[in-house]
Amino acid sequence: MKAPVSWIKDYVDLPGDVTTEQLAARLTALGLKLEAIESPGDQITGPLVLGRVISREPEPQKNGKTINWCQVDVGDANGTGEPQGIVCGAHNFDAGDLVVVVLPGAVLPGDFAIAARKTYGHVSAGMICSARELGLGEDHDGIIVLPADAGEPGQDAFDVLGLHDDVIEFEINPDRAYALSLRGVARDAALAYGVAFTDPADRTTPAANGDGHPVVLDDPEGCPLFVARVVEGFDPTAPTPDWMAQRLVQAGMRPISLAVDVTNYVMLEIGRPIHGYDADKLTGPIGVRRARAGERLTTLDGTDRALSEQDLVVTDESGIIGLGGVMGGEPTEISATTTRVLVEAAHWDATSMFRTGKRHKISSEAGKRNERGVDPTVTEAAADRVVELLVTHGGGLAAPGVTVVGAAPQPAAIVMPHDLPARITGIDIDAETAENALVAVGCLLGPDGYLPPPWRPDLLDPYDLVEEVARVVGYDQVPSVLPAPGAGRGLTRSQRLRRRVGRTLAGAGCVEVISFPFVGEAALDQLGLPAEDLRRHTVRLANPLSTEEPGYTTTLLPGLIKAATRNLGRGAPGVALFETGTVAFPVDRGPAPIFGVDWRPSEDDLAKLLDTLPRQPLHLAVVLAGERERAGWWGAGRETAWSDAVGIVRRLAGELGVEVEVRSAAHAPWHPGRCAEVLVGGADGDVSLGHAGELHPTVCRAFGLPPRSAAVEVDLDALLAAVAETVPGPEFSSYPLAKEDVALLVDATVTVAEVEDALRAGAGDLLESIRLFDVYTGEQVGEGKRSLAFALRFRAPDRTLTEDETSAARAAAVAVATERCGAVQR
Amino acid sequence: MSGPNTDYDPVEVDALKPEEVDAARDAALAAIAAAPDLDALKQVRIDHTGDRSALALANREIGALPPQARKEAGQRVGQARGAVSKALAQRQTVLEAEHEERMLVEETVDVTLPTDRVPAGARHPLTTGSELIADIFVAMGWEVAEGPVIEAEWLNFDALNLGPDHPARTMQDTFWTDPADNAMVLRTHTSPVQARTMLTRTPPIYVVCPGRVFRTDEYDATHSPVFHQVEGLAIDEGISMAHLKGTLDHFAAAMFGEGITTRFRPSFFPFTEPSAEVDLVCFVCRGARQVDGVECRTCRGEGWIEWGGCGVVNPRVLRACGVDSDRYSGFAFGMGIDRTLMFRHAIADLRDLFEGDVRFTTAFGSEL
Repeated sequence: MKAPVSWIKDYVDLPGDVTTEQLAARLTALGLKLEAIESPGDQITGPLVLGRVISREPEPQKNGKTINWCQVDVGDANGTGEPQGIVCGAHNFDAGDLVVVVLPGAVLPGDFAIAARKTYGHVSAGMICSARELGLGEDHDGIIVLPADAGEPGQDAFDVLGLHDDVIEFEINPDRAYALSLRGVARDAALAYGVAFTDPADRTTPAANGDGHPVVLDDPEGCPLFVARVVEGFDPTAPTPDWMAQRLVQAGMRPISLAVDVTNYVMLEIGRPIHGYDADKLTGPIGVRRARAGERLTTLDGTDRALSEQDLVVTDESGIIGLGGVMGGEPTEISATTTRVLVEAAHWDATSMFRTGKRHKISSEAGKRNERGVDPTVTEAAADRVVELLVTHGGGLAAPGVTVVGAAPQPAAIVMPHDLPARITGIDIDAETAENALVAVGCLLGPDGYLPPPWRPDLLDPYDLVEEVARVVGYDQVPSVLPAPGAGRGLTRSQRLRRRVGRTLAGAGCVEVISFPFVGEAALDQLGLPAEDLRRHTVRLANPLSTEEPGYTTTLLPGLIKAATRNLGRGAPGVALFETGTVAFPVDRGPAPIFGVDWRPSEDDLAKLLDTLPRQPLHLAVVLAGERERAGWWGAGRETAWSDAVGIVRRLAGELGVEVEVRSAAHAPWHPGRCAEVLVGGADGDVSLGHAGELHPTVCRAFGLPPRSAAVEVDLDALLAAVAETVPGPEFSSYPLAKEDVALLVDATVTVAEVEDALRAGAGDLLESIRLFDVYTGEQVGEGKRSLAFALRFRAPDRTLTEDETSAARAAAVAVATERCGAVQR
Repeated sequence: MSGPNTDYDPVEVDALKPEEVDAARDAALAAIAAAPDLDALKQVRIDHTGDRSALALANREIGALPPQARKEAGQRVGQARGAVSKALAQRQTVLEAEHEERMLVEETVDVTLPTDRVPAGARHPLTTGSELIADIFVAMGWEVAEGPVIEAEWLNFDALNLGPDHPARTMQDTFWTDPADNAMVLRTHTSPVQARTMLTRTPPIYVVCPGRVFRTDEYDATHSPVFHQVEGLAIDEGISMAHLKGTLDHFAAAMFGEGITTRFRPSFFPFTEPSAEVDLVCFVCRGARQVDGVECRTCRGEGWIEWGGCGVVNPRVLRACGVDSDRYSGFAFGMGIDRTLMFRHAIADLRDLFEGDVRFTTAFGSEL
C-alpha cells in the first residue's frame, strides 16, 4: 500500500513539524510496516518555477526536426523579470500555456545540471520540463502543461507539482486490511499522534428508494449487501483531473479513464472496491448467486473461465456478467462510449473471495481487499462518493434511483478479562488504560463486552484485543524478563552422538556439505540403480522446483557427488565431503488425515497421521575423490582408494563404540568387487547399516568423477541405535604380554575376516588381540594363494603365561584356521 | 703374574711403587682431560682402565703381596683407580653434554615445512551455528526438539491456526507432495515440531527446534527454496511477552555480544496473538547507524536488523494441540539460521552455504 503523505493529511491534522520518516516510524510501531519512502523532489534542486509561454516559434532544422524557440514569462525568478528564451523540442503546448521551467543552476534527477547553453542557433536559458525529466513518471510525449489556474509565472513549482509530497509504502499484514486505504492509514496516523481524524466515508448518503436499478440477492451469506447507483449523461471523453491522476500514480496505479480512475480512487480513499458497468449494456435486474456447474464467463482480462459452484457471480437477464467482487465480465464493461454508468458497491464474503481468487488465479487490487475483509458500513458512502466524482468531473447527473439491498453484517462483541492485557503482554496495564486503548482503535464497550469497529473484521477473540491494547500502549513498553524453565535434561543422546559423528568425519579430513534434497531419474540412472531398487521409489513433489528433479531424495550421494565435481572443477586436487541429511522413502498408506482444530486429535488419530508419513531416516554419506593424501617433501601423494571409504566407517564406528562387521557385497553405485556392506548385530540378527567402497567406474564416468573415487552411505539412525546406552568398564590384566606371530597360506578367495574369525575362535580366552600385519602374494606362495601374517597377543588375567601355554593357544588358533579356511602355516 | 710371595716387600714390585702408581694415574688423568670427544674418551677408558692398563696390572700384583703389604699397596692403587674413574665419569658427562648440544644444532629442521599430508576437514557453519544456538538455549534449561521434514498438512498448517482459507497460507509458497490431496508438505517452517511437542508432552515446555524448511522461493543471493530455521516455544503458567523479550534479549546477547538487545514491532502470524517482528540492534554499528562516518553496511543505516517473528501462542493453537489454554500461556519465536549466520559472519551470498565449496566451509573450522 502506497500512501502519499498529502493524502493522509487530508484526513488528519498532523503536527506541522512531523517528518515523513517520523510518521512512517510511528505507523510502523502501530503495525503498518514501512517498506519504503519515495521522495520525488529529493533529487531536484531549484530554481524550478512556473512559466507562461509568451511565444513559440517553430524552427525546422536541417536534421528534419523542428524545434520551438520560446519566450517564457518566469516572473522575477530569473532575476531580471525579462522573458526567458528557451529552446524546446516538444510541441504539445502553445503561447499562453502554463508550463514548468527549470532555470540555469538547477539540478534535475540523474545529476542533470542545467545551464544556459548554445543550441540550434540560440542561447537556451533553461528547459521546459516533461514529467519524466522531473522523475514524476514515464510520460515523455510532451512537456507538462498545467491548468491555467495552477499558479502564477515565477512561482516555485515544487508544491504545485507535489514534488514535496513523499509517498510511504507500507507492507500491510493480513489482519490490517483496513490499512489498504488512505482512510485506514490516516486513522492510525491520528491514533499515533492523538489528533482528530476526519473520516472520508463519513458522508450523508441519499436514502434507498424503489427507483433504482433492481437487484436480487440470492446468497445473503456470500453477498449480504449490494448498493447500485447510476450516473446519467456521463461524458466518456472527459479527462481525469490531474490531481486524481497524480494520486493514482503515487499510489502505484495507472490512470486509464475517468470512470475507471474514479472507482480506483475511491477504493484507495475509502477501501471499498467498486465495480462500474455500462448501464446500457445491462438487461434486466442484477442478481447475485453462486455459479452453477458448467457455467463459464469471459472476464475483463479476456480469459474464458470455467466457473465453480462456489464462485459468486453477478448476473442480469443475459446471464453471468461478472465474478462478484473479483473481476467483471467483458460485455458489460465500461467503454469509450459509455454514457450511463451503473456503480456497484457490494459487500462480499471474504472467504469466498479468497477461494475464487485462488481458484482462478486472479490477483487484483479489488480482490486483495475483498478477501481480507472490507468495512461493510462504508458501502453506501463509497458508491455515493463515486457518483459525486463522476458527476463533478464527467458531467451528467446522479440518477435519483438508489438501490440498497441487504444489510451490513454485524460484528460480535468480545469479552476480555480486564487483566488479560497485563497478563499476556507483561506490561503493567490497568483496566482503564486497556479500555482507553480499545476505544481509541474504534471498539465500543457495551454490556456484552467490546464491540469491534466494522473495519476490523479480524478482531474475533480476547487475544486479538490484547494485541490492539499492546500496539496502542506500545510494544516498546514490554519489559525484558527471563523465564525460569527449571532444570533441563540437556541434549538427547542422539543429538550428542550426531555432533560426535560430525566431529569424527571432520577429524578424518572430510568437509561437511549441505545440499538440496531433490532428485530425478537422471541422477538415479547415473548411479546405476537397478529398476527394482528401493531408492528409485521417491516421494514425489506436486510442484517441484525443477521437473528434472521431482522427488525428495532417497540417497545423499547425488548431491555430494555434484559438490565433489564442483570442487574438482574449481581446481581442488582432491575432495573428501560428507553430509548428514534426511532421505525419504514413501510408505504409500494414503493421504494424511486432516483433523479439526477445536480440540486435540485422539491418540489413535495422531498415530494414524504419523503412519501415513514417509519413512525419513537420517543418512550419512561421504564422497572421496582425487588426491586423498598430498604429495610433499615427505614423499609422493596418494589417490583415493576403496579402503579410505571403509576406513572412515570403521573409524566412525570405533568413535561411537559400535562393533561393526564388514562383508563384501555387490551394490550400486559401488564397484562390485570393492564394495563393503557394513552390518551391526541386533536383537533380530544382523542389521545392514549401508555400504562403503570404491564407486563403480561407470558411475565415476557418468558423474565426471576421477577413477577410483570412493563413497559411503549409511543409515545414521540405525548406526546410532546400535550405540550402547551404557558401556560397562572393561577388566584388563597387567600381567606380561605374550607375542606370537603367525603366517598362514590361504586361497586368495578366503577373506581376512574369515581367517581372523577362525584364529580368534581357536585361540580361546587367552587371546587379547589379533591384527593382520602383512599380506603377501607372489611366486613364493603360488598362483591363487596369499600369505596372511597375523600378530597374536596373549595375556592371562591372573598370571604370567608360560611358553607352553602360549604355544598351545597359538597352535589351537592355527588348527581352527586350517580346519575352516584351509590355512597352511608357512 | 707373580705368585704369592710373603717375603716380598711391596716396594720391591715396580708396578706398585708409589711413583709408578702416581705416574700411571697422572697419565690417565691427562689423557682423560685431553680426550676431545666421546670416542676418544672410550679409547682412553680402555687404555687406562682396561685389563691391560698400568693400573689394572698394578692392581693384580696386590694379590701376590704378603698380607702385611697388601693394605698399603691396595690403598695406593685403589685411590689412583678411584681418581681415574671419577675423572672419566666427569669427562663423560661433559662430553655427552657437548655432544647433545652439537646434535641439537645439527638436527635443526625447517619447522615451516608443510605438514598437511591429509588436508583438514570441517563442519558446515549451518550445523555448528545450529549447535551454538541449541547450546545457548540448553544452558537456559531448554531442550532441543526435532521432527520430520515431510510433514502432514494438518501439523504444518491447520494445527497452527493456518486454516485452508487463511490468507497467511498463500504467503508461504509450499511444496506439496504428489498428489497434492495427499495432505503432505515439505514443512514450510519448523512450527510443526512445536505442534508435535505440545501434542506429546505436558507443560511446562521449553523447546527450541532448529531444522531445515522449504518454500518455493527463487534461488538467489538472499533467497533459497531450502533454508534453515530455529523456532522456540515456551508453554508454562503465567508466560507473557515479557518472557519472550527476556529470552530473545538473552539469545541476541549470547549470539552477537553483550549489549545487543531486541525490539518488537506489531506484526501478524496466525499462530501467535499478539504477534511481533523482532529486530536486533545492529551488532556492527551497535545502533549508531554508521561506522567511521559512513552508513553502516550491515544494517544499511537502520541501526536495527530484522531478525524474525514472534508472539504469544494463539490459544487456538493451544486448543488444537491439547494444551489447557486457561491454565497455560506460551510464547513462540522463529528466525532464519542462514540469515542469522549471514549477518553474523558477513556472508554476502546465501548460495555459498549450499554450493559445497570446501574453501567456504573450511574457513569456519569445526566450531563457530
